[in-house]
Amino acid sequence: MSLSRPELQKMLDVVRATQPIEIDCDVCLMQVGEFAELNLVGKPIPEGLKAIEQHLSICDECREEYEMLCVALRK
Amino acid sequence: MVQERDNNEWIAALQADGPLREAALSDLRGMLLIGLKTALKSRSDFVDSLLDDFVQDSLVRILRSLDQFQNRSRFVTWATAIAIRVALTELRKRRWRDVSLETLVADTGFEPSAAETSPDRESQPIIEAMYRIIGSDLTEKQRTVLLAEIKGMAQEEIARQMGSSRNALYKLSHDARQRLKQGLEKAGFTAQEYAITIS
Repeated sequence: MSLSRPELQKMLDVVRATQPIEIDCDVCLMQVGEFAELNLVGKPIPEGLKAIEQHLSICDECREEYEMLCVALRK
Repeated sequence: MVQERDNNEWIAALQADGPLREAALSDLRGMLLIGLKTALKSRSDFVDSLLDDFVQDSLVRILRSLDQFQNRSRFVTWATAIAIRVALTELRKRRWRDVSLETLVADTGFEPSAAETSPDRESQPIIEAMYRIIGSDLTEKQRTVLLAEIKGMAQEEIARQMGSSRNALYKLSHDARQRLKQGLEKAGFTAQEYAITIS
């Protein structure tokens, strides 16, 4: 069994989004609430939260958690 | 009836003793129950009977992390994010706990040009370069983490089976992605060139 096409695509996508300095999942967790609140009201993301945006683009698990947080906040 | 509190009042109440703390804990428990149920209800692996345990574990983690709250969002938003992490970590563990990392990696391997993947002509060179770099420039641990993540295995479970932590794993994965990116650039592929869609 080899990598499927979606898996190859995912590999290329995460490599392309990789940055020399990134935050880890715990740092993301502590700040993702602020990121979600700003996004939900349509406010621009400040420079200080760009690292969260980048982390969410490469970490499937944090992105899934962020999406669920948005679902909870919308209610 | 849930008492209205601002962020400072939440922290003060949860760090207090006696009835003030009990009331705050009870209110937070109720809010997390609603938040988690709303967030998780669309998942097929979630059942209501798990909710109380998720909320209890979340409260423990939230109380342990109070000094990390930076007051940059509503306190309840921050607490809900932690509760979602706790709940999803447990659901992912249940899903992946019987999957052997060793077998997953061994079964998959990094073999190019398998008939089932056979990328199109445009993406073939970059796919081949990617496989070559993964085989030659990454350590065995980096290959294992990268492959398991691409296959969607839960990070906590990868970490457990490797005797590591989720954050240590993230560093390993980051190093692997960086090496792969540098290798592709050295091989002449720009980021623009691998912004392709594999058809």
